[in-house]
Amino acid sequence: MSSPMPTAGAKGQDAFTAAQAAQDASAKHATRSFKIWRGEAGKGDFVEYKQDVVEGMVVLDAVHEIAATQANDLAVRWNCKAGKCGSCSAEINGMPKLMCMTRLSDLDADKPVTIEPMRAFPHMRDLVTDVSWNFEVKKKIQKFTPRPPDAPDGTWRMQQTDVDRVQEFRKCIECFLCQDVCHVLRDHHKHEEFIGPRFLVYAAALEMHPLDTADRVPELRKEHGIGLCNITKCCTKVCPEHITITDNAIIPLKERVVDEFFDPIGKLVKIYSRRKKANG
Amino acid sequence: MRRDAWWLQPLIVFVILGGFVVYATWAAFQNAHYAYGPYLSPFYSPEIFGDPRTAWFGGKPSWWPGLLPFSPALIILPFPGLFRFTCYYYRGAYYKAFWADPPNCAVGEPRSSYIGERSFPLIMQNIHRYFMYVAVLFLFFLAHDVWKALWFEDVPGVKHFGIGVGTIVLAVNVVLLSCYTLGCHSMRHVVGGFLDQLSRHPVRKKAYDCSSCLNRWHMKWAWMSLIGVAFSDLYVRMCSMGVWHDWRLL
Repeated sequence: MSSPMPTAGAKGQDAFTAAQAAQDASAKHATRSFKIWRGEAGKGDFVEYKQDVVEGMVVLDAVHEIAATQANDLAVRWNCKAGKCGSCSAEINGMPKLMCMTRLSDLDADKPVTIEPMRAFPHMRDLVTDVSWNFEVKKKIQKFTPRPPDAPDGTWRMQQTDVDRVQEFRKCIECFLCQDVCHVLRDHHKHEEFIGPRFLVYAAALEMHPLDTADRVPELRKEHGIGLCNITKCCTKVCPEHITITDNAIIPLKERVVDEFFDPIGKLVKIYSRRKKANG
Repeated sequence: MRRDAWWLQPLIVFVILGGFVVYATWAAFQNAHYAYGPYLSPFYSPEIFGDPRTAWFGGKPSWWPGLLPFSPALIILPFPGLFRFTCYYYRGAYYKAFWADPPNCAVGEPRSSYIGERSFPLIMQNIHRYFMYVAVLFLFFLAHDVWKALWFEDVPGVKHFGIGVGTIVLAVNVVLLSCYTLGCHSMRHVVGGFLDQLSRHPVRKKAYDCSSCLNRWHMKWAWMSLIGVAFSDLYVRMCSMGVWHDWRLL
């Protein structure tokens, strides 16, 4: 009878665990102070926790440690811990950030780290907010409407250079930090009149797509309230995917609104060019 | 609440932009010391009315309002001024610095009402591209001024080629203004950004790529060209007043 042999996976895991333990042992430990917002439905206060932290930890690691050892009922939304799911959005020292992508070493060690829920959305509990408004807004934007297929087999042809421009917008992980920092939503609560930077990026991805034929410009001006954006670029500043939201999505859409509604000379030139093309 | 020095950036914008507006207004009302040798201050270029010996259409026009002091710069400055005022970058910057709307990202506002750029007066910001067209025209005039700044008249009636520090100052000014104007968001849109299939228009595609390249530095061009144009006026003014000496390099 042969003795059970360790698998390659288990062997690898042991080595990883051992390496991690060695790394943890040699890493610098420190006690940091955290002020976490605790409460329900908008009511609550900061509660201070002292927590032992290790070099290399991010804010979400510290929150997990606190939840495991000091506050078992702490509500926090998280998922991938890799900055790709957009779940752990919060306000760290007053700035909208992903908890999993904010290193403790980048924050002032002399002062407590404050962690609050996003302010632009209804508060549920502790660090969790109700972001469902965003999904309702998304439904209001005209869907992708491609032109008829280019080939008999029902496929399309397009140039990479034409898709490059909208490719950037597809990096969005829907963390809604841009919505949170936008003062139109955050301070002025214009949720009924303004779709916010996230959905202006979404609209830009559709509107600038080389195959798309739908015209979203009138809606962008009226129902979606693009005129409420006053170009503070805060959305660009907080985007964890580094999407150039203002320069590449919002301003080009604003310019398309100008084409349609505020540039009579440009419009006449375009009508003349179209007629010339049709006649000749 | 943010704990970093969030107030520093709007304060810097307030000081530099406010300082520029004060200096430009003061300089525009001077109607003096705006030319020195072959140099002409960009605040006064093109000199449509002004010095009867050099202006296109002679001295002070007859239709000039009696109550308003005359200065050639008052005809010129509103156009580049409005180009900058309606610029997408400056809008965001001065809404924060001068109107605290918001004071900075994720910082609470002092007022609850908000209309954005959807209603009068800020809806007028949408005509930015018309000021951009005028600003492009001005680049030609300023480039021509650099050409004129290469021809010195040390002996009356005899012009010869030369390069002074002033020539370089005016040339750098045109380069900075060109980078700012040609990388403007409206320029980027009208040269090709409005198209979804740029690959079908190779010339527009090239122009769009060039404008986009400049646009990535738009904020930096905005500040460098602002300082450049103010310094060009100051240089010509100081030389004309005899405070600074214009070094001739060639």
